[in-house]
Amino acid sequence: MHRRLASTMVGALIVTTALAACTSSDGGDTPSDGGSTPAGDTTGEQANLQFWTWTTNIEDVIAIWNGEHPDIQVTVDRQAQGDELITRVLTAAQAGNEPCLVHTEYQALPVLVANGVVADITADFEGIRDAFPDGAWGLTSFGDQVFAIPQDIAPMMLFYREDLFAQYGLQVPTTWDEFAALAAEVRQKAGPDQYLTTFSSGDPGWFAGLSQQAGAEWWTSEGEAWKVGINDEATTALADYWGNLVSQGMIDDQPMYTPEWNAAMNDGTLLAWPTAVWGAGVLEGVAPDTAGLWRAVPMPQWSAGENVTGYWGGSGTAITTNCKYREQAVEFVTWLNTSPEALEALVTISGVYPAATAGQTGPALAQPPVMMPNQPDFYTQASEIAGTARGFTWGPNVNVAYNTYKDAFQAAIEGGTPFSGAINTMQDTTVADLKTQGYEVIN
Amino acid sequence: MSETKTDAAQELAPPRLRGGRRPRARHARSAPYWFMLPAMALFTGFLLVPIIYATWLSLRASRRTGGGILGQRIETFVGLENYSRALSNPELYASLGRMLVYGLLVVPAMLGLALLFALMLDLPRVRMRSATRIGIFLPYAVPGVIASLLWGFLYLPRVSPIRETFDAVGLAPPDFFGPTSIFFSVANIAVWGGVGFNMIVMYTALRAIPTELYDAARIDGCNDWQVAWRIKIPLLQPALVMTGIFSMIATLQVFTEPQTLSPLTNVISSSWMPLQKIYTDAFVLNDIYSAAATSIALAGVSLILSLIVLTVMQRRAFGENK
Repeated sequence: MHRRLASTMVGALIVTTALAACTSSDGGDTPSDGGSTPAGDTTGEQANLQFWTWTTNIEDVIAIWNGEHPDIQVTVDRQAQGDELITRVLTAAQAGNEPCLVHTEYQALPVLVANGVVADITADFEGIRDAFPDGAWGLTSFGDQVFAIPQDIAPMMLFYREDLFAQYGLQVPTTWDEFAALAAEVRQKAGPDQYLTTFSSGDPGWFAGLSQQAGAEWWTSEGEAWKVGINDEATTALADYWGNLVSQGMIDDQPMYTPEWNAAMNDGTLLAWPTAVWGAGVLEGVAPDTAGLWRAVPMPQWSAGENVTGYWGGSGTAITTNCKYREQAVEFVTWLNTSPEALEALVTISGVYPAATAGQTGPALAQPPVMMPNQPDFYTQASEIAGTARGFTWGPNVNVAYNTYKDAFQAAIEGGTPFSGAINTMQDTTVADLKTQGYEVIN
Repeated sequence: MSETKTDAAQELAPPRLRGGRRPRARHARSAPYWFMLPAMALFTGFLLVPIIYATWLSLRASRRTGGGILGQRIETFVGLENYSRALSNPELYASLGRMLVYGLLVVPAMLGLALLFALMLDLPRVRMRSATRIGIFLPYAVPGVIASLLWGFLYLPRVSPIRETFDAVGLAPPDFFGPTSIFFSVANIAVWGGVGFNMIVMYTALRAIPTELYDAARIDGCNDWQVAWRIKIPLLQPALVMTGIFSMIATLQVFTEPQTLSPLTNVISSSWMPLQKIYTDAFVLNDIYSAAATSIALAGVSLILSLIVLTVMQRRAFGENK
């Protein structure tokens, strides 16, 4: 395959050199337009693709590619995950210095699309549609247009402390009603400081995942207008459910990802954690003493017999509009996210749970995560749970909704006001912002 | 005043340049500008141009135009819309109010402690003077983010030795992240970090006071208290004014401590302090235009306040020098 590619390249090189000789006067350095991918005028030269990403140890994965493709070199520029990255990409694009490849969380993609930073790559990846489940494509598509290739997905599951559940004689909850009853039971049976779990005002992505499971649709597009449903029935019920648990003191109300939370996860103060498949990796960092004590099960359900979950996080790879080496970028992204070689490297080197169907059943996932030696079929179960995950469409201003989530839920927890009020604040702020930005809103 | 100075310089110039040629004289006259050039270039490049750019940005906004679900965002001119939206946001005034509370806690506590330590170190027969001075100054060398993380660990009950101490004694541990106590918790970090610097400034000024004054005072029968109150503090006024202005500017710029503590607790929102609001606008909401407008408005207010304070203080502190 590589030999064939090489000979094509040589041929293209000769053609483009000849063409360049004729057209050099009008400086043919313009980026190729999106959509069409003919053998571009850049095929012959060595392509150097900048890749902004935060994936752990991605350099080692890229090194495999760079070793095999001397003519398409990928350079990693390590970034911090989160909102700052988006600001940086937007600013770089404004200055004309954006990289060819951008790693983006799914909910950040609309902002990049609306700013014209990332390209519509529907046609480029038509050939690998079958490599991913439909749900994964849903995370990177708007209407019929695809703007990123899914890299990792994060179906939510419930982690619980197997040892403590046994010690206190607790049953694993299968519905949210049982979960609430269990929270009360923990308060009775366990120590005065111990809780079943905590409600975090710091993690809007977590709450969004729970909303997806509950059947919410925070953003829907109708024609060219948006409908915002953050305070829809499902989310309001969800907010009240957690609000009651917090106000009755059945669960803790302190944010996750703090030194306090790390200690609580490590010393058994918190007995369960509704998290995503990557939670096992997080535990390794925050609660190293608890290896072998956790077990992952499907999320509690809203009605018995149902089998649904949501996504907490996940990210994809996008190609920028002004990328000079579109064709090479497509080739690299396809390799990174669908080739068995790269998928195995992503799993073993970077600890990623791949979005590609092949990646979820590969040999690399035969071993359970370090924290779950007691659950050898962890990834088999994760794959089954992934099949039940339900996402929703991300709107153009997720960052506004997310930031309001933090402020509004902080205030609700501190002030002891109903959580449904916080949901309404999110709704109002998000709608107002969409209108300010010039979007048509029907609500 | 300045005119007489230049005149004097010109009168002095010919004898010094005797024997020199005219071009050298011209060089000598332009020399000050050459010396100023690096500073002016840096000032223009890193302060003036960014301010002008920020002002320009504050009049613009990214707006959705065109078709498609997500549309295409274009940067357009919106006049003073960003300003009117920023200035009509009650959260801005709430954050300014919180800043005022914070400032009222920090500035007196920090300067008071710094003055106290400086006066104590200046007492005769103090032992381990330099070790103590370095000890008090050391926190100033700790970067703000690290200091905030350190204190964050001390404030969080489960990882805090403070709680263990209270538990051991049998008292209820304090809640450092309560709606009111948070002001003290944040202010404490700033005071801890800032006392040393201010103390050094005051101590240096104290050392510059001629000791004859103290001898005279003692002959007149003053004790240490009276020397401090009647001689040292009045003579320290210029240093007090300077540290006061520095502290006020630092209060206007408070950001690092609350921003670092924010994810640890439910009581610090994303717009708890004005600069946090600007940061959130720019780096979380991708709205650098509103962030620029709020920045310009805040900078304007700070400038006016500083000028007023400076004028008033200068008249009081340096009045006798004129």
